[in-house]
Amino acid sequence: MSDIKYFDHAATTKMSKEVLDAMMPYLTDYYGNASSVYSIGRKSREAVEAAREKVAAAISAKAKEIYFTAGGSESDNTIIKGVAKAKKSKGNHIITSKIEHPAVLETCKQLEKEGFEVTYLDVDSRGVVDLEQLKASIKPETILISIMFANNEIGTIQPIKEIGAIAKENHVLFHTDAVQAVGNTPIDVKEMNIDFLSMSAHKFYGPKGVGAMYIRTGVVIDKLIAGGHQERSKRAGTENVPGIVGMGKAIETACSSIEKNAAYLSGLRNYFMDEVGKRIPHIRKNSNTDCCLPGTANISFKYIEGESLLFMLDAKGICASSGSACTSGSLDPSHVLLAIGVPVEVAHGSLRISIGLENTKEDIDYLLDCLSEIVERLRSMSPLYEDFLNGKYKL
Amino acid sequence: MYTEKVIDHFTNPRNVGELADANAVGQVGNPVCGDIMKMYLKIEDGIIKDAKFKTFGCCAAIATSSVSTELIKGRTIDDALKLTNKEVIDELGGLPPQKIHCSVLAEEAIKKALSDYYIRQGMSEEEADKLCGVTETSCDHCHAKE
Repeated sequence: MSDIKYFDHAATTKMSKEVLDAMMPYLTDYYGNASSVYSIGRKSREAVEAAREKVAAAISAKAKEIYFTAGGSESDNTIIKGVAKAKKSKGNHIITSKIEHPAVLETCKQLEKEGFEVTYLDVDSRGVVDLEQLKASIKPETILISIMFANNEIGTIQPIKEIGAIAKENHVLFHTDAVQAVGNTPIDVKEMNIDFLSMSAHKFYGPKGVGAMYIRTGVVIDKLIAGGHQERSKRAGTENVPGIVGMGKAIETACSSIEKNAAYLSGLRNYFMDEVGKRIPHIRKNSNTDCCLPGTANISFKYIEGESLLFMLDAKGICASSGSACTSGSLDPSHVLLAIGVPVEVAHGSLRISIGLENTKEDIDYLLDCLSEIVERLRSMSPLYEDFLNGKYKL
Repeated sequence: MYTEKVIDHFTNPRNVGELADANAVGQVGNPVCGDIMKMYLKIEDGIIKDAKFKTFGCCAAIATSSVSTELIKGRTIDDALKLTNKEVIDELGGLPPQKIHCSVLAEEAIKKALSDYYIRQGMSEEEADKLCGVTETSCDHCHAKE
């Protein structure tokens, strides 16, 4: 495993040693249920509450506004469905964007089947939502605006504070799926007027299977998971104590050096973006580095297909991701790339690199070397590239 | 997801490239769907003496192209026309369901090339396509819009 070069941090991250160390006692000695009254139960309760403080501090929320879940998808589902159910008497209209994560898009589609109306906002070529379209879409029946903080495929960071202000002005609740943003870019829920936020621990070097939602004090939503009184009756189920402890440790570490880390990551990413353009012809840069997560770079290599690129990179020990139809599990390539105006043929050849803290400049150089070689090889096999060279076809 | 054999044919594709003296060439697929296969055949005395391919597409597209060229080399035209996508799949030890269409494309590319051979021999396109089982809409199994 030591020769793996991992460039897929938007998919998941490697849990840090210090996070594992923090969790270990709660996987072994302190196995008590956080709801139990005896000493090892109280020990678990204390640990959960300490983690809650850390999660709250990371986004400038109050501890009582944080509810632990099993991850980002559960948080998105709970919030969107919970608002829809609680505010049904007020209205049935939800506004979101075309480039949301499936956890939001599919939840909205479910609600459409139940009679809700959903507006999917367009984005510009950078992937930024149109604020004028947002304002124009709000109507008396609008109960929720759900716009992701940062996109998972191209890294675009939305003007969240402006969206928050528009939501507040119009008395509409505002949710942001911040799964990619937490730990990568500063978040202040009060300043940004965020009513609900979703996050997931494994995106910032924490464990998988644990996440959280922020619900602003005073906002009431229906619960998704009914049962016991855990999480102040907002989310039933015995707390994942080791996971929550790990999440607390991970978010504290990530947010204590967020600016330093962002500078390091964007330095590597910008180097990659500049070099890939110099070394490999006929590419399209799908990420705009002016409004992007620090470690994300999405590029399309024309005349080749993304899945074959991924497998050839894998043979070199490189882990990355693609928005090609063949990796999306559907016949169409990434909805995000199509929404920012990437032609279908070009979207098939996309590659997402998401750089993490353990990556070095040497890793990037190795990636660039491998990419140059592989892209050339795949193009030499591509009849599309042959047609391009013969002047018969051009992307 | 992929068998060892698929990965092998993808990583070390057999017969990749162009055939300078090919007397039968067939191309199927389109860039919107995300896969294009081009087959080059050299036919002598009714036998496929050599076969090469160029493919734009995923691992399965490249692997099915590679294995198909292997399967038809040395076959008579009639036997090559009998190649089915199932034979291609079996030879690869299976394909994931969403990749079956790649094996269909490979079968179609070969039929298209063989039809091209007959056309070059003076047969009408309609007749050649009928003889070789070439359908007009070779990418119908793919729902992408053009």
